[in-house]
Amino acid sequence: MKKLLQANHDVPVTGGDFTRRGFLKTAAAATGGLVIAVYLPACSKPENAAQGTGPAKQVTANAWLRIGTDGAITVLCDRSEMGQGVYTALPTLIAEELGVAPSSVKVEFAPPGKEYINALLGGQVTGGSTSVRDAWEKLRMAGAEARTRLIAAAAKDWGAPPQSCSVADGYVVFTSRRKSFGELAEAAAALPKPENVQLKGRNDFKFIGKPQKRLDTPAKVDGSAQFGIDVRLPGMLYAALAQPPELGASVKSFDGAAAQGMPGVRHVLQTSSGVAVIADSFWQAHQARDALKIEWAAGPNAKLTNASISAGLRSAASGKGKEVRKDGDADTALKSGRRFEQTYELPLLAHATLEPQNCTVEFRDDGCHVYVPTQVQQLSQQVAAQAAGLPPEKVFVHTTFLGGGFGRRLEADFVPAAVECAKAANKPVKLLWTREDDMTHDKYRPPARNTLSGTFDSGKLSAVKIHLVAPSITSRWFPPAVANGAIDPFAVEAAHNFPYEVPNVYVDYLQHEIGIDVGYWRSVSHALNCFAVESFMDELAYEAQLDPYEFRRSMLDKQPRWQMVLDTAARKAGWGHAPSGRHHGIALMSGYDTYLAQVAEISLEGNKLKVHRIVCAIDCGQMVNPDIVHAQAEGSIVFGLTAALFSEVNIAGGRVKEQNFDSYRLLRLNEAPQVEVYVVDSTEKPGGMGEPAVALVAPAVCNAIYAATRKRIRKLPIATQGFTV
Amino acid sequence: MIKLTINGQAQDVDVAGDTPLLWVLRDTLGLTGTKYGCGKALCGACTVHIDGAPTRACITPVETVAGKSITTIEGLSSNRSHPVQQAWIELDVPQCGYCQSGQIMSAAALLKQNPKPSDADIDSAMSGNICRCGTYPRIRKAIHRAAELGSGGPQMSSKEGA
Repeated sequence: MKKLLQANHDVPVTGGDFTRRGFLKTAAAATGGLVIAVYLPACSKPENAAQGTGPAKQVTANAWLRIGTDGAITVLCDRSEMGQGVYTALPTLIAEELGVAPSSVKVEFAPPGKEYINALLGGQVTGGSTSVRDAWEKLRMAGAEARTRLIAAAAKDWGAPPQSCSVADGYVVFTSRRKSFGELAEAAAALPKPENVQLKGRNDFKFIGKPQKRLDTPAKVDGSAQFGIDVRLPGMLYAALAQPPELGASVKSFDGAAAQGMPGVRHVLQTSSGVAVIADSFWQAHQARDALKIEWAAGPNAKLTNASISAGLRSAASGKGKEVRKDGDADTALKSGRRFEQTYELPLLAHATLEPQNCTVEFRDDGCHVYVPTQVQQLSQQVAAQAAGLPPEKVFVHTTFLGGGFGRRLEADFVPAAVECAKAANKPVKLLWTREDDMTHDKYRPPARNTLSGTFDSGKLSAVKIHLVAPSITSRWFPPAVANGAIDPFAVEAAHNFPYEVPNVYVDYLQHEIGIDVGYWRSVSHALNCFAVESFMDELAYEAQLDPYEFRRSMLDKQPRWQMVLDTAARKAGWGHAPSGRHHGIALMSGYDTYLAQVAEISLEGNKLKVHRIVCAIDCGQMVNPDIVHAQAEGSIVFGLTAALFSEVNIAGGRVKEQNFDSYRLLRLNEAPQVEVYVVDSTEKPGGMGEPAVALVAPAVCNAIYAATRKRIRKLPIATQGFTV
Repeated sequence: MIKLTINGQAQDVDVAGDTPLLWVLRDTLGLTGTKYGCGKALCGACTVHIDGAPTRACITPVETVAGKSITTIEGLSSNRSHPVQQAWIELDVPQCGYCQSGQIMSAAALLKQNPKPSDADIDSAMSGNICRCGTYPRIRKAIHRAAELGSGGPQMSSKEGA
């Protein structure tokens, strides 16, 4: 999400102030909004934060760092670990500057706090592949400032010049003398804020960019990693929640008598989001939930179907959207040549985090404690405070590991009912959604209907027009960002930065709401728009009777980073030399300040599709942890392939038909292709890697299918388009 | 009271006999390493060993495993020394990690039965375990690596299938 529209590429952006600066300005000006208006308690300050915990005091060096008087170093990780590696990457930035091995630091998740606001998003948010980009200078500076203080404290003690002192393995060293960070921690914290804090040079990095093990792996191979679902508190009860099967419906009346009489059941209550059963175990609560008799009041979506959603998008698409980008005069150019036009459609998708949504709440003397796998600590705090009837500063959010996020946990819709249950029971309560609850009450990835037009002049592509039609997530999630006619920056990704050197380019976005909530889904609109843009570029290549790689390559003369990834992917894949019976398709994209190209290698036996191999070339700037970069690309490709091949949420009568993994199919190990990831050397600032590789898979695979069959897929998923997968 | 043997230890639990083993492990006994993902034996997150065989705890009534030997991720080894755990650490397989207890239990059961599995053997044994983060390429490599490390050999915990 970083930098929004001005990322990657210097195209002049017109039609609304949605540069990063503009977005932040909007965010900062917001008062009644969803996130920014929340209470943000300040972190402990160094002077009041030396806390006795056991034999060693913990001295707060800054918002991210505590140094024990025993020398133990604790890093507070202010982003949520959902697999993307922040639990390792962020502490590495601090450890690098402190001169200690990342493996030697203890990591804890940070509470909500204004120090932890993500400057790229305007809130304490883990999303938009921003964590490393936001932290890159901030956390190295935090480590460097602490190092400077520790050195100053030692130098003062020794009467030595600070510039002659250095740090090594948790000590400040001067000639043959040394003092441990633990010995120096309190004196260092008492010093005034240092001036002239120097960051290490790139060539001096010992840990950044070098092979480093993930810090969370040990706990994730022995069952000890604590996810939200694993929280256990003394005397805790368990809740199951019956939510309206029809999205947007509500409880009209209910009879909980039968449920109340079942074994272990303590309470049956109506909450803000359905009827909850609280019992001694989750299984008892779950069983008793089935005995509830609930009459639902139909809502506005009672007649909603997939067909009605598609028809709505189709009908809306004839309108004109807001201008996102205008280079030259595409309309005039399109009138002067033969107009080639196609429409690409994408379905609603579920996040399907493997850990279903859950939240555990306990009211204590000091306030309400919320244990939650969340991507937005402040939002969880805010909605819990509202449900608890407490001010936000009386709500303590404890972030656990997240069993998958993918944007689902940017929502806090599962939090209020847990608070209401704990309040009613006057005991700690863990509320757990079942898989079916989760699948049928998601904030789904928006559908899209994107129409692209193009024309050639003297054999060269002379105009491209991109008309994006989809709901806006941000208009619900953070309305101030789209106030005063601003375009939702998370609806136009991978289209606004169309990289090809074409004289006339026009991009517009038409917001069309569909009646149900849509949410940020890994790679957000990159996946919607990259499918359309890169499929269309492929179509134009064939129209021009040019090789799809060469066609793209011929329009990137001034785009070295785009060129490099495109060339690398083609070369590594053996473009033009697919093995017998195999076919290649290519796609190119930039998002989150990262540049990527993918080549898919497929074969077909009749209509039976097999994806054998996906080659991915990446320029993500400076890497903090190369192995995690590779892992994110590998995983993103599997995630993107799942969506391309199978994924679709179907709605009838406002109800989601898919209930579990039998009907919402996820790719399995035996179906996973060979994945090859090549990262090009780069000294640019870090780009995001949690999401972008998702978006290229569908166009690369569909382009390969076209190469094999001359059948163009313009509607996903592939499984609904005459292919068996 | 239902008498269970979990990770080599006798445990009596006072629950309804039709309660799925998963919830007995997690809620009654506090063994939360075994995960809930689907409740219908579709995702494999709840995989445990019953007398050495990989079994989906979410659809296994607890009364059917009384007297049998149950091994969970917590009992696979006491110190992450099982070759599958070692290989998982060596290759940094987990991302979010939620499915990995189940993946590891399925892999350990495979290697016990078949110490040198082929890719096809791995496909067949592991296709019941979903990883939403997409760690499959690494899971495959790590199973081959665990085979090299000598799964089923002396590094296997004595608790396993005791």
